Amino acid sequence: MTMDVDFSALATQGPDGARRLELALDGMTCAACIFEIEAALKTIPRLAAARVNYADRRLTLEWTAPTFDFAAVAERLRRMGYRARPFERESGEREERETSRRLLRCLAVAAFASVNVMLLSEAVWLGGDMDASTRDFFHGVSALIALPAAAFAGQPFFASAFAALRAKRLNIDVPISLGVLLSLAMSVYETLTHAPQAYFDSATMLLAFLLLARYLDHAMRRKTRAVAANLAALRAPVALRLGPDGAQSYVPLAALTPGDLVLARPGERIPADGVVVSGEASLDESVVTGETRRRNVATGDAVYAGSMDFDGALTIKVEAAAGGSLIDEIERLVDKATAARSRYMRLADRVSRLYAPLVHLAALLTALAWLAADASLHDALVTAIAVLIVTCPCALALAVPAVQVAASGALFRAGVLLNSADALERLAEIDTVVFDKTGTLTTPEPRVANAPEIDPALLELAARLAHSSRHPLARAVAREYPRAAAIEGAREEQGAGVVAIVDGVEARLGDPRFCGLERDCAARAARGDASVIAFRHGERTAALVVRQSLRRDARETIEALARRGLRVIILSGDRVAPVEAAARTLGVAEWRGAMKPADKVARLEALRAQGRKILMIGDGINDAPALAAAHVSLSPIDATEIAQAAADAVFLGEGLAPIVTTIDAARRARALMRQNLALSLLYNAVAAPLAMAGLLTPLIAAVAMSSSSLIVTLNALRAGRETRREASTQQSEAAA
Amino acid sequence: MTVLLFLVPLALLLGALGLAAFVWSLNTGQYEDLEGSAARALSDDDLKDAQS
Repeated sequence: MTMDVDFSALATQGPDGARRLELALDGMTCAACIFEIEAALKTIPRLAAARVNYADRRLTLEWTAPTFDFAAVAERLRRMGYRARPFERESGEREERETSRRLLRCLAVAAFASVNVMLLSEAVWLGGDMDASTRDFFHGVSALIALPAAAFAGQPFFASAFAALRAKRLNIDVPISLGVLLSLAMSVYETLTHAPQAYFDSATMLLAFLLLARYLDHAMRRKTRAVAANLAALRAPVALRLGPDGAQSYVPLAALTPGDLVLARPGERIPADGVVVSGEASLDESVVTGETRRRNVATGDAVYAGSMDFDGALTIKVEAAAGGSLIDEIERLVDKATAARSRYMRLADRVSRLYAPLVHLAALLTALAWLAADASLHDALVTAIAVLIVTCPCALALAVPAVQVAASGALFRAGVLLNSADALERLAEIDTVVFDKTGTLTTPEPRVANAPEIDPALLELAARLAHSSRHPLARAVAREYPRAAAIEGAREEQGAGVVAIVDGVEARLGDPRFCGLERDCAARAARGDASVIAFRHGERTAALVVRQSLRRDARETIEALARRGLRVIILSGDRVAPVEAAARTLGVAEWRGAMKPADKVARLEALRAQGRKILMIGDGINDAPALAAAHVSLSPIDATEIAQAAADAVFLGEGLAPIVTTIDAARRARALMRQNLALSLLYNAVAAPLAMAGLLTPLIAAVAMSSSSLIVTLNALRAGRETRREASTQQSEAAA
Repeated sequence: MTVLLFLVPLALLLGALGLAAFVWSLNTGQYEDLEGSAARALSDDDLKDAQS
């Protein structure tokens, strides 16, 4: 099949006039692929440059001429075994890259300053017989390094603290900014008055540590998002558009506008919402509504993107979602649920809200106590500022992000992509798990449900025959033996089945009538959500029941969740009978069927009113509002786009095991965060009294602050190590 | 101790050069694809160009 795809709509034009197009690449396994791809594309005429980004698995094409032969690029990539899909870089991603670079620049400056200032400070601390003029010289040089460096590298903290203060709030950046600014101001004053002590090293070191944590946190999230965006681009379908002159061309979905005519053929998903202009077919709308029974549509009926066309070609007129359509209602519900979700207060913010006033009060009391004890105003102020410096929440600010980086990195390698920064903290709190059925507990694509009852040799032959057909039911049979060789000379009879000669005997796969097996199949076709497909090879026959079946590890996963004391509930948009059957097989006592999207949200609200913290797991368009309304939510990677956007995390793979891994990792991460917060508070409990008593020297401050930060960071690394170990044992168990 | 008046600025200058090099490499996008860059160092396609 040649794909004449028109991707020009997605190209961006740079200031130099060059056009760029980014493609997500699938199939890159080693670094040698870089050279293979770039060499193969070098000879395409009018293509100025092709460059692979191996870390992000992306390919950037660049050209200046009005156009180039995109089909040739796609064809060469395909022949080498790569799949490429153009990719609309979200504007958010570009901003993220800028933020990441800015943090790295700030980090570099802060690290440079702290190393050099530390070198000078150590000379002052350890050079016992240093004369006063040399010391002043060293302090002066330190000031010249530290002041501009802090002005540059401290911006992220100052900006955030300023924004918080203007909104009359306190966040962790307020005490950080205050500590840095006060220690710099006091050090400058002490330098000018030829005093023996200055805190330039503390200020710059603090900034370097904090920037490192922020940069790592940011980089981890950016990497996760890039991978998720790649997967989305690779899955994004293209639409077959019918031009005004009747010409057919493949276009990316982003290029479709209302009024366009698109074609949907049997076995394909409907590319966009619209109205059927001609043709009739039965649609599997389970990703839209959760309903597994197929719906017949004809001219004039509305159809939704994502529905699977089972039989019959449709011509569809694309329509902008007009008020009142199903998708509109869903989007309205998602918006409402997102707005209603009370802004979650993060652990670190909760602690710092208590911490900041406490520290400022302690500093004030110190100054007053020293004045009461007849100390000079200068000494009282210096001691109070020393309290603020030493309690500057470096370890406190590292406590949570360090765990977050370690845990989300380990989850990333275990195939769980976290969307939002506070998802781990919310995941650790859940006590109820709500599952959607269709596409979540069950596989998104139909499977042969009675495969174990059928002679494997016969089934394999049926699968080989099925490989010659694009019909959804045939593909379900083919999936039983995905690597079986197709039978040569197989012939498809439209709307009936596939026929071929195997070992001199005719083999037929398809409609029961086509195979002469009506009687055998009639008994099995009683239920509406299963389809029966017949197979005959000479005298040997089989009736294959095809339906969406439960995921392989669904039962084990639900048992594992129950063992952890979680209440498991199924809420499905499907009819009551199939939901009941699934719930009974899985041993879930609480279930409801025939739920509309708004019903699911209402049920979640009712549970929340009882004080339940809910993890919602769903994949369909109809689940999106519930995903947004739940305390925290997960989606499988084959979920619809709107569901993934509403979910806090996406997990890869066929099974449900990542759900258990994620919950365990989140609980462990929360325990470590609490430990870390306790450690940093302990450090303050020791260091603050020293500072209040006036015993603090810059040397003690530097040692105490850096050692507390290191301890907290090392403790956080345990989050990653244990999650990795657990994920690998789960994988080996699954393989065994 | 007057030697410090030369040595300290000299040390700072060298450090600042390193910092400038880092910022330059960051701004020219050399941290965009760390895994790919590691592999590209092993490519010998420049040799082929030289022979032909």
